[in-house]
Amino acid sequence: MSTATESHTHDAHGDHTHDAHGHHEEPSFFIKYFWSTDHKMIGMQYMFTGLFMLLIGAYAVYVFRMQQAFPGMSIPGFGRVTANDYNSLVTTHGSVMIFWVAMPVLIAAFGNFLIPLMIGCDDMVFPRINRLSYQIFLISVIVLIASFFVKGGAFGGAWTAYPPLSAKAQYSLTGTGSTLWVMAVALEFVAFLLGGINFVTTVMNSRAPGMKMFDVPIVVWFIVIASILFMASVGPLVAGAVMLIFDQQLGTGFYDPNRGGDPILWQHLFWFFGHPEVYVVFLPAMGIVAEIITVFARKKLFAYKTVLYTAFGTGVLSFFVWAHHQFIAGIDPRMANIFSVTTLLISIPVAEMMFVYIATLFGGSIRLTTPMLWAVGFLAEFLIGGVTGIFLGSSGADIYFHDTYFVLAHFHYTFVPIAIYGVFAGITYWFPKMFGRMMSDNWGKVHFWFTTIAFNFIFIPLFFTGMRGDHRRIFDYTNFPDLMKPGMQDLRMLATISLLVMLSSQVIFVLNFFISMFKGAKAEANPWNANTLEWVAPSPPPHGNFNPLPNCYRGPYEYSVPGRESDYFPQNIPS
Amino acid sequence: MQRPIATTREVTGVPTGRLAVWWVIASEIVIFGGILGSYLMHRLGHPEWAHQSIHTNTWAGATNTFVLLTSSLFAVLAHQAAEAGNGKRAANLLYLTCLGAVTFLVIKSFEWANEIKHGFTLSSNTFWSFYYTAAGLHGLHVIAGAIIMLIVAADAKKNKELQRVENIGIYWHFVDIVWIFLFPLLYIAK
Amino acid sequence: MSEPAAVAAPTGDHGHGAGGHAAHPPTNYIKIWGILVVLLVVSVAGPFVGIRWLTLITAFGIAIVKAYLVARNFMHINLERRIVVYMVVTMLVLMGIFMGGVSPDVMKHEGARWHNDAAEAWVQKGLKEAPSEEESEHEGHGKAVENGTHVAPEGEKH
Repeated sequence: MSTATESHTHDAHGDHTHDAHGHHEEPSFFIKYFWSTDHKMIGMQYMFTGLFMLLIGAYAVYVFRMQQAFPGMSIPGFGRVTANDYNSLVTTHGSVMIFWVAMPVLIAAFGNFLIPLMIGCDDMVFPRINRLSYQIFLISVIVLIASFFVKGGAFGGAWTAYPPLSAKAQYSLTGTGSTLWVMAVALEFVAFLLGGINFVTTVMNSRAPGMKMFDVPIVVWFIVIASILFMASVGPLVAGAVMLIFDQQLGTGFYDPNRGGDPILWQHLFWFFGHPEVYVVFLPAMGIVAEIITVFARKKLFAYKTVLYTAFGTGVLSFFVWAHHQFIAGIDPRMANIFSVTTLLISIPVAEMMFVYIATLFGGSIRLTTPMLWAVGFLAEFLIGGVTGIFLGSSGADIYFHDTYFVLAHFHYTFVPIAIYGVFAGITYWFPKMFGRMMSDNWGKVHFWFTTIAFNFIFIPLFFTGMRGDHRRIFDYTNFPDLMKPGMQDLRMLATISLLVMLSSQVIFVLNFFISMFKGAKAEANPWNANTLEWVAPSPPPHGNFNPLPNCYRGPYEYSVPGRESDYFPQNIPS
Repeated sequence: MQRPIATTREVTGVPTGRLAVWWVIASEIVIFGGILGSYLMHRLGHPEWAHQSIHTNTWAGATNTFVLLTSSLFAVLAHQAAEAGNGKRAANLLYLTCLGAVTFLVIKSFEWANEIKHGFTLSSNTFWSFYYTAAGLHGLHVIAGAIIMLIVAADAKKNKELQRVENIGIYWHFVDIVWIFLFPLLYIAK
Repeated sequence: MSEPAAVAAPTGDHGHGAGGHAAHPPTNYIKIWGILVVLLVVSVAGPFVGIRWLTLITAFGIAIVKAYLVARNFMHINLERRIVVYMVVTMLVLMGIFMGGVSPDVMKHEGARWHNDAAEAWVQKGLKEAPSEEESEHEGHGKAVENGTHVAPEGEKH
């Protein structure tokens, strides 16, 4: 959409953003909040929608964990949980947390808000497509929520939606809900494809003058790589989702072995996307952590290029590991061997990134603000998640662990750092820029510690119950005498009580967030004394972000440069 | 809405709109790759599908291939006209491309109507499920492309946004290439 | 600092016109179209010769050539920046990886210590039907050899 021949695009004074064509009048409330093309507003829309969906995901886990701790009890706020309810709840929890919380907040919200600011331009390259992507996303939210209220209730076939459970209503008992779920997921994919193209094109083409590839902040790079990973991996699943809907509604037999189809095909289509997907959410969170640790250790990133290349390596490798989710599904054992090797290999680049981050902290002048606590907490918790993954990547051990709570604890030790720690790190760090006010650091710390302690007491017991045989997605263990030995139910109870603590302590965050938004101390442009370009703009940035648009003179992590009086060296200041 | 400065920057040397179209194509390659790959693997594992696939109408498929190739010619001639600054000619050529799209869809409707009449429906056999799904997905992209092309042509006629002629052309050529592979898969090497 | 007057394009010029690619001698698009049509005719004629490998070459080999001609001459991919070529090639390679990882399970109906009974039954059933129909392709996967453990990969929920 650019032309080399248009003469009015920019003038030498750089402040043309809207004045060359006359200043806009202030948009109406509706236009400003519901029809905006401004990347910051769209980012906020994604963020608030994602946080709202977090409530739904949290409600679902509350109910089913209560059922685990008190089987058969009438759960306050829900009632008695039937087996079908349980299936719908676990499905809802998984799907919502990944597709409607982690992805929108980490990629769409932070990506939209930060990318133009951090590369020094005034908006995304396609603002109207940006708006469209949010609108499609919102429709996917509505479709998903609608699925809770149709006959049969929400889809109950697990977020992995394996056929024939997901394809045949006679098995899932959620005929309409299943189709609505697939449609919601498909719409969400379209929204993120559109958004991803916007992000990648913007970062490729619209960087500030002087910002070379290696001057781009890591979080921007990582969001771009994540978008590319998403784009490259989701295609087969889009095809697969269409086939699943046809199986559900039109009587086709793509996944039905009695009709010449193959259910394993779905598994492959799903996991070919599903594995890169975890890196799609991992990378933005790691990017956020990189920004925070450099600022609050006042130290440059230990090895920028290494981190970048390992991210590329992780991205590439992530396409070669998917069938480790299918080790006991009946895949050819020779493939299992290959996927075991590649899965163990992929731990190496990720470990490399962790080492670089730790090396960045080492010797730094550390300030344990709330964002820094979340960032360091991310590293510690993700480490546990990573090492427990080794057991699951080895197909021999996985034969025992597959589908037990061991897997569940492993992926919560990776996902919770990503989706909870990463999100809170980003929000507490960029809140001043987004809203022009400071959050309470003290209450932030209280929130952090309650959440972290509770989180570990939820999932460490679950490693043990998993090792002792607790199978996933079982609604009532009282029917399994072996699993009702003394101690087992105690562990489940401990996990549930800890969950209640963790959920309650989120109230602290909600209060901190909203009260600070209106009553917090006013924030200056650069309260953290950071280098990256978003801190050049006012807090919050106006439409057009910068006046004038900045140039870039150096990399993003020039902290504690010897010989300089101040310990930071913003990217936009000429030498 | 004012075009942001961001849209006009061009650090890679590829104009933003064209770069975005190539990303669209990249993501579409994996979508069509997914469905065509799934079809191919099933087809190779199910030799008995030959009994079904023999009923696809090769002449309709070949004619449609010819139609799409010709429409691609018009699309690239439109691009040539736009490059020369002749918006009106570019628009007319884009309209001809759309005419090709419509012809393609009409031929396909007759073809499908005939097949359905003979009992070869979406659910009659998994071969036909793939056939209708893959070609249908392609057809949706034909429709979408034609609609966008009309919008671009409307602007081009007034000599506005001429660079979009090339961009929609690139998308259209991709749609053509997908059919270039669908055709032998479904109609020749049955 | 202010925005410099020229578009920031440190990587060389790329010409003229409506944001166009590098200057190139005018391609004879009609000639290319003519070649494409001839190739189409050849690929349609292929099956009539009757030799299976020849049909496959004319069908898919020609498809690849046609796709290349369209990509090069109509989409001008050869004049694009390299990054575009890398993008497209990467996606194609990914599709190869996908098929490589999936085909042992989906395309084949038996492997190391497993056998897909349902798919085999379906194949046999289909082959027995319509004996009068001419079979244009007959890949030899319909073996009824069953050995070892049967692990039919039905849709177990995992």
